[in-house]
This record gives sequence, C-alpha cells and structure tokens, in this order.
Amino acid sequence: MDAAMDKPRQITQSLLYLDGVSVSFDGFKALNNLTLDLAHGEMRAIIGPNGAGKTTMMDVITGKTRPDTGEVLFNNGEIDLTRKDEAAIAQLGIGRKFQKPTVFEEHTVEDNILLALDSDRRVRGTLFWRLNGDGDRITQILKTIGLTAHRDRQAGSLSHGQKQWLEIGMLLAQDPKLLLVDEPVAGMTDAESMTTADLLRDIAKDHTVIVVEHDMEFVRRLGVKVTVLHEGSVLAEGTLDEVSANERVVEVYLGR
Amino acid sequence: MITRRLLEAPDGRGWIFLGILAAIAIIVPCLNLFAPPDSPFHVTSSTLALWGKYLCFALLALSLDLVWGYCGILSLGHGAFFALGGYAMGMYLMRQIAGRGSYAHPILPDFMMFLNWKELPVYWYGFQYFPYAALMIVLVPGALAFVFGWFAFRSRVTGVYLSIITQALTFALMLGFFRNDFGFGGNNGLTDFYDILGFSVQAPGTRAVLFALSAVALALGYLLAQMIVRSKAGKVLIAVRDAESRTRFLGYKVENYKTFVFTVSACMAGVAGALYVPQVGIINPSEFAPANSIEMVIWVAMGGRGTLIGAALGAVIVNYLKSIFTIGALAPYWLFLLGTIFVLVTIFLPKGVLGLLPKREPRSKRNGAGVASGAAAQPAE
Repeated sequence: MDAAMDKPRQITQSLLYLDGVSVSFDGFKALNNLTLDLAHGEMRAIIGPNGAGKTTMMDVITGKTRPDTGEVLFNNGEIDLTRKDEAAIAQLGIGRKFQKPTVFEEHTVEDNILLALDSDRRVRGTLFWRLNGDGDRITQILKTIGLTAHRDRQAGSLSHGQKQWLEIGMLLAQDPKLLLVDEPVAGMTDAESMTTADLLRDIAKDHTVIVVEHDMEFVRRLGVKVTVLHEGSVLAEGTLDEVSANERVVEVYLGR
Repeated sequence: MITRRLLEAPDGRGWIFLGILAAIAIIVPCLNLFAPPDSPFHVTSSTLALWGKYLCFALLALSLDLVWGYCGILSLGHGAFFALGGYAMGMYLMRQIAGRGSYAHPILPDFMMFLNWKELPVYWYGFQYFPYAALMIVLVPGALAFVFGWFAFRSRVTGVYLSIITQALTFALMLGFFRNDFGFGGNNGLTDFYDILGFSVQAPGTRAVLFALSAVALALGYLLAQMIVRSKAGKVLIAVRDAESRTRFLGYKVENYKTFVFTVSACMAGVAGALYVPQVGIINPSEFAPANSIEMVIWVAMGGRGTLIGAALGAVIVNYLKSIFTIGALAPYWLFLLGTIFVLVTIFLPKGVLGLLPKREPRSKRNGAGVASGAAAQPAE
C-alpha cells in the first residue's frame, strides 16, 4: 500500500537512507542536512561529541520526532518513515534500544522477551493469545544474551548491565530488520563492555545494526565502519583508524 | 471459549474471593428473609441494602483498579460512568411508574409534568423495556469512555493532565444533570420507584435478589478483569503503565490498549451504578460530584492498587467505616478521618490492606537454577 502510494523514487539499494534531514528545536539545529546511507546487513557505529545529534537521529528514524525537512527511506526506498508513528515503524522491523536501559521492571525476564516477540500486536490478538512454541524462542534468546538463569526473575531486580542485555534480547525477539542501539555500554564495567561488543557482533551476522557510542575502545572492538556526527551532520566516515586520523575529527573531539 | 478463559483466570486467592462472594450472595439474603427478626442471625433489611450498596461500590472500585492499577490511567472521573449506568437504570424505573405518579400521566414521569412538558424527550424512548435499558446501562458509559479515550489517548494525554480532564468530564456532566431542561429530573434526580421487572423494588424478596445480583455482578466483574490482566494483553497493560514509550517502540499501539481497557472499565462501572440505584432508591446529579470520584481512588489505594480483590475490599472497608462514622457525633470529622487513614495507609501499607496478607509462593522455578525470585511480590498476577 505504502509503496504504491509513495511516488516512484530513485530506488536505493540501502536498507536505510536519510537524505537532507534537518530538525530544529527552538532554533537549535539538532540535525542539519544529515545524509546517511546504510546497506543491508551492515553494522555501523556512530560517534560524535555531546549534542552532535545522535539521539535525535534515532528519534527521527523511529518516528518519535518528525524532521522539518528531508527524507527517511526504509527498505530500498520503499517506505517513507517520516509519515509513520512509533508503533507502525516498530512493526515494519525497526527495533530500538534506549540509552538508559528501559525494560518492564515489574515483569519477569521471560515476560519482557515474550512481549517483544514478533507476534500479533493488536488488542484482540493479545487478549486471546496462548503460549505456543514461543517458549523455545525465548530460551534461545535468553541463551544468546546470557540471562538463562534469570528467566523467572523480575526485570527490576537485574543489574544495570543485565538490563542492557535484556533490552538487546528484546530487540532480538522483535526480529527486526534494523536494530538501533543507543550507547549500549554506558555505565558498564570493562568486562561487560567486551561481552556486549561480542554480543552485538554476533547479532550483526544476520541483522543490520546501528550502534551509537562514545566509548572508543568499544567501537574499536566492534571493528566496523564509523560515521562521525558533528553539529547535526556527517563530519567523516570510514574505519575507526581513518576517522581518528582526520584532523577535523581530532579538532572536534579534543576541543576548540 | 470465553467461559473457559474466565474460569482459568483466578489464582488461589481469587477462588477464595469468589467462594466468599458466593457464600455472601446466598447466605445474607436468606438470613434476611428466613431468620426470625429476634434471632441473632437476622439481617435487617436496612443492613442488607447497605451491604448491597457496598457490593456495588466494590465493583466500581474493581473497574477503577483495572485502569489505574494495571494501566496507570488515574481516572478521577469514574463516578461519571457509575452515575450514567445508574441514570439508565433510573430511567427504566421511572418509566415503570407509568400512571401511578402524582400526576397520573400514563407516560410522562412526574418531574416532566411539573415542568409542563407535553411529550417524552426522544432519548427517553425505549427505556420502558428492560432489555433496552440493560443495553444502555453498558453502552452509554462504554460509548462515552470510548470516545473520550479515543481522543485523549490518541493525543497522548497522560498523567496528571488526563486525571484533570477526567475530573472535568464528571464535573461537566454534573452541571448538565443539575439542569431541569436536561430532562433527567434536575437536582432531584430520579426517585420514587415502584417496580423492577414487575416486582416491587421495596419488597423484601426483590431486595434480597438485588443483593445477590450485586454479589454475582462483582464476581463476574472480577472474573472478567482477572481474565484481562492475566492475558498477554494484561502484560501489555502493565508494560504501558511502567514504560509507555518502550511499549510503543515494541510496536504496540498504546492508545488502542488504553481505550480498550478504559471502555471495559466504564461498562463495569455502569453496571455497578445500575445495581446501586434500585437498592438505594434514588439517583441524582451528586453522584457525578468530583469528590466522589476522588474518594473511589482512595478505596482502591487503601485496599491495594493493582490487585483487583484489594480494590473491592478497600471499597467495602472505607464505606463501612463511613457508615459508622457519619452517624452520630463524629459525623463532621469523617473527612478528616478518611484523610488520616489514607495518609497512614500510604505510609505504612503502600500495597494496601491486601499487602498485609502473606506473600504467595513464587512461581515454579523452571530451570532449578535457584535464582532468587524478584524481591517484591508481583502484584500483577
């Protein structure tokens, strides 16, 4: 429907294509003519100083914020995300992990995953839903994120790092085409960060992933293409070594 | 299928609650009708009516707990749905008077004669038929809640703003129903009823049946609410309560869930109001008073928010205390007492009266991993 309604555009081969996206809040340009191109199956790290627009970019992609100008095209340019709300975008297959771990604290770990599992999201569907085979998928996901032993625990009682993993597990359960992961290692110990990097690399084998992160060690560990944002637009793109060598990037990061 | 679902829903505590309700529904009316008046077991008619009223309030509290306790929608206007259900029943009862009023008009209720109205307003049509009235008892509050919820929840009005507009809703309705030209009896409301389904509303037998029906309605309301909260949809509701935007980003249309649960709740409140009116013999606009709706929230908080049974219990306890204290010398101090109780419960019993009961066993541990189950008992299940 949506594909047919949208005007035929130049078909990109990208899973996600942001073109000339600008967002301003009370005159402050959070995103300034941002263009980003993400191929199917790619994992991309996005870095940038505070206020560079990383979180706003995620808000735009997930429908929380509407851009003032620009296009956000999904799945080879078939779908214009700027016209959809959060729930619709999530159902299209875009999952998001927040900067602050956000899990359902009163639910068990298992129920958190269960709610995220790709299934009927309508009231009618959930009202008359019955467990069937979902148990196996939950088991599998818990194994991936290393929380098998905590299945029946209340999510609120998990440690900070475990909550982050649980949230990543919820993303996996959604089985999205694209995962947006906002600062997954904020507040984690070094050991937890390394585990998380391995987890994300594992996930990236069969998913397209965008990771926003400050922690350079972590980004190095991911070993993927890096986009540097600054003042709402792309400053540099390339491997971590390439962008680290870029004078403008050094200037932005090491202060003016 | 629904029946099976309903019967699967209650947990151990739920069955105890239902058992007690069943016992009350049978024993209390029998003690009223058959125990001799000088017997210590005799239940007087006024006690029966009083406790029937409590049961209606319990159902009302249950409906409020469904939206507030489980979905985080703090409605401060639930009295409106209760009163609308009550008015629908009152209209049926008024039409049953037909010809026996002071003016003896075959159709028009007395208050319309008094206002010199010549014919029945269109919205009073059909209320002489009980099935139609019964439908309206559920439909009118439900439709209002649906329309209200549709707009409020789609515009993402939440938290204190939502509470304020629910309060405004019930206040606006109160002002409307106070007006004579609204056609609902103005500030006198609807009263002086004769018959319900051909039985005199004053007759002991009718009163006993109404009491029993109130208990049954409470039981059914509990089963329905419990079925909803135990289903996956119930888990979504709790998810909305605790992390609304997370739920949205998982792909759930939060507004649909909220509208759904708000509407179901309003229908239940309407039924409670409809059972209340024949037992107290009157419905007037004061039922819409904002203070009433706020008091309902206190019932739920006292009994234990997010437990359903606690809400019902809280309604009975508070109203029982109210009946005791508003008679006699202490009457002027009732609101102070209520406020004090509320403060004390909030400080010392954050989980309400139901929180006093021993915690239930944690769910069976699947992997035998010996993981400490979450420290706090999960009120949701």
